[in-house]
Amino acid sequence: MSKGVAITGMGIISAIGNNVAENYRSLIDGRTGISQISKINTLHKNSIMVGEIEFTNGELEAKLGLSAPNNYSRTALLGAIAAKEAIANAKITDIKAHRTGLISSTSVGGMDMTEKYYYDYLESEDNRRYIEGHHAGDSTEKIAEQLGIDQSLVTTISTACSSAANAIMFGARLIKTGQLDRVIVGGTDCLSKFTINGFKTLMILSDTHNTPFDENRKGLNLGEAAAYLVLESEMLVKKEKKKVLGYVAGYGNANDAFHQTASSENGDGATLSMEKALTVAGLEPKDIDYINAHGTATGNNDLSEGRAIIRVFGEEVPEFSSTKAYTGHTLAAAGAIEAVYAILSLQNNIIYPNLNFKTPMKEFALIPQTKLKEKVLNVVLSNSLGFGGNCSTLIFSKRP
Amino acid sequence: MEKVFINSIGSISTQRTFDNNDFLEEITTYEDNIIPAIEPNYKDFIPPAAARRMAKGIKMGVVAAKIAMEEAKLLNVDAIITGTGMGCVRDSEKFVTAILDNNEQFLTPTSFIQSTHNTVAGQIALGIGCKGYNFTYVHSSISFESALIDALMQLKLKEAKNILVGGVDESGEHTNAIHELIRHIKPEKINTNKLLQSNTEGAVFGEGANFFVLSNNKQNSSYAQLLDVKTFNTLPKSELTTNLVEFLNNNNLSADDIDVLISGNNGDVNFDNYYLELTEGPFKNTQQVYYKHLSGEFNTASSFGFWLGAKILKTQYLPSEISLNTIKSKGFGIVLLYNQYRGKNHSFTLLRQC
Repeated sequence: MSKGVAITGMGIISAIGNNVAENYRSLIDGRTGISQISKINTLHKNSIMVGEIEFTNGELEAKLGLSAPNNYSRTALLGAIAAKEAIANAKITDIKAHRTGLISSTSVGGMDMTEKYYYDYLESEDNRRYIEGHHAGDSTEKIAEQLGIDQSLVTTISTACSSAANAIMFGARLIKTGQLDRVIVGGTDCLSKFTINGFKTLMILSDTHNTPFDENRKGLNLGEAAAYLVLESEMLVKKEKKKVLGYVAGYGNANDAFHQTASSENGDGATLSMEKALTVAGLEPKDIDYINAHGTATGNNDLSEGRAIIRVFGEEVPEFSSTKAYTGHTLAAAGAIEAVYAILSLQNNIIYPNLNFKTPMKEFALIPQTKLKEKVLNVVLSNSLGFGGNCSTLIFSKRP
Repeated sequence: MEKVFINSIGSISTQRTFDNNDFLEEITTYEDNIIPAIEPNYKDFIPPAAARRMAKGIKMGVVAAKIAMEEAKLLNVDAIITGTGMGCVRDSEKFVTAILDNNEQFLTPTSFIQSTHNTVAGQIALGIGCKGYNFTYVHSSISFESALIDALMQLKLKEAKNILVGGVDESGEHTNAIHELIRHIKPEKINTNKLLQSNTEGAVFGEGANFFVLSNNKQNSSYAQLLDVKTFNTLPKSELTTNLVEFLNNNNLSADDIDVLISGNNGDVNFDNYYLELTEGPFKNTQQVYYKHLSGEFNTASSFGFWLGAKILKTQYLPSEISLNTIKSKGFGIVLLYNQYRGKNHSFTLLRQC
């Protein structure tokens, strides 16, 4: 078994809070961030619910001290806010003091501006500055600039809904192999008409609050969010006597190789990714104290993931819950959001309730944790499953 | 640390590159500012019904991957890692257009699904039944190099034996139109052979897919050894040479050891001066080549440069059309690639004859 990679900082902005403390407060108070959409004028506004962040773009720009005109997409703005909190939390004052990289992830990128100015670009010069902000790497470049990371390894991963989990995985491997001393990892995605309509055409959007792992689940609520972790090498942690929040103990990525958007009925990919992560961590299923499930509340995901959990854990499934009923499904950011939640659960020995659950699914006997529960937690497993059959599992631990 | 070899290649580009027995025997010249890929007869590779449903980027990626898998004589791999700047951008355009033109009504999911950046990697996995590691990097001109870094790490540590790595980008009409407006695409149509003399802003946009099987095991089909890759989000011109020398030193090499420099010049008068730092600096006495006059510029154009490097090392031949200077190396042992786009996202890649 190899040693885990130390997490020394985290930052988050989501529908249930603008920083780590606010998110934790909402989680333990059982306060959802799901509401009707207010910032995007979509035809579907009365038939969907979303996890929206309260700040307008203007307010986010002001927080970052950005002057107009700039060409930040909302994805970049959210990402920069969360990444800055992570850096401050890790008490990093000189970002250039060590080899520091940034691995971010997004699926939407600058699509929010593209869909707004798509035809306008052809007619008028006014908003053409946003054209360069469309590609997925742009938000990452801007976050790097905000953090002062230059002449370094900065890249972006986009594997749909498992993106941020994969960014954390890649970052952890870069630290383990000594290619970097320090790396900021995570993801960011804002809401857009593009994703709202995309998921609408797939008929997996719920018209009410999402209900993960419930027999009568009607689909997901989209959310917007960003979250980042700071990972540091063992050497650096020792040298600077850094406070460690937790460790990335294991990780695994596998492909379901079943269908472009749907998960296989038996959750082959998710089973493999959980098994790989356990192997990397050198742990047995019985060592897992809590599972933060992907649990999007679509018919397909919860069945497939549930079956995969049973395949890996057998009769002894630990407490599990999905936090999607709080935040909505934040797509590329989800893996990082839930990584922050996993670390908070380890730090506080708390299991979050799976909100809105009423009726067990008929296919199996799995019942998520529905009440806030205190339990000594040493190891937490987190799943992120996405389009393209992309399945990722991260394991976080209290000790290295 | 295990050695890493390029065991096979598969290329679809704006040149006729899909036949691995051919090495730019006939160069296609263009007089344009946007150039399209020369596609194979897809029916030779994938069932026509499947091909009809696939976006161009998916077809190019899946078929380039297939060519590489066949040359490496593999039916499956341990991991699939792709790089793409924009994914299937035509489908993104199609879906946005449909949303705007029909006021969010009467939409179908196909173009939304295909617009997801990891569609090509997912489709390849689906096609060969690969349940292994599957990643997609989407970071402008280092998308492909990020995939290489990931693959190198796994192969050097023996976490995998064979990894399929590729770069793929398709060209989209609206994307091209707006990039022409902001002068990322040259305002004028220009002849392939005059690209570097254009003296104008912007590049000639191309598209393509270049896939490779990277492996721990050298075999008859092997092209070259992949020694190292390094990327930088920013790099001021003044720091370029220092960083390159450090990169070479880390590989126990110096500038004199390089037999061929493959330079990513795209004819943009504002940014080609980065390449001058090297071509007129430490490599002024080294044989130099360029390739974007043949491939066009796109986020993963450097995967075409990588293809070129692999070909040169295996065949020990270098087509005259890619020469950037008149110096001739005695043999081709070590190749260095340098690329950047608009002054950002720089990469160094080192290949050695095997």
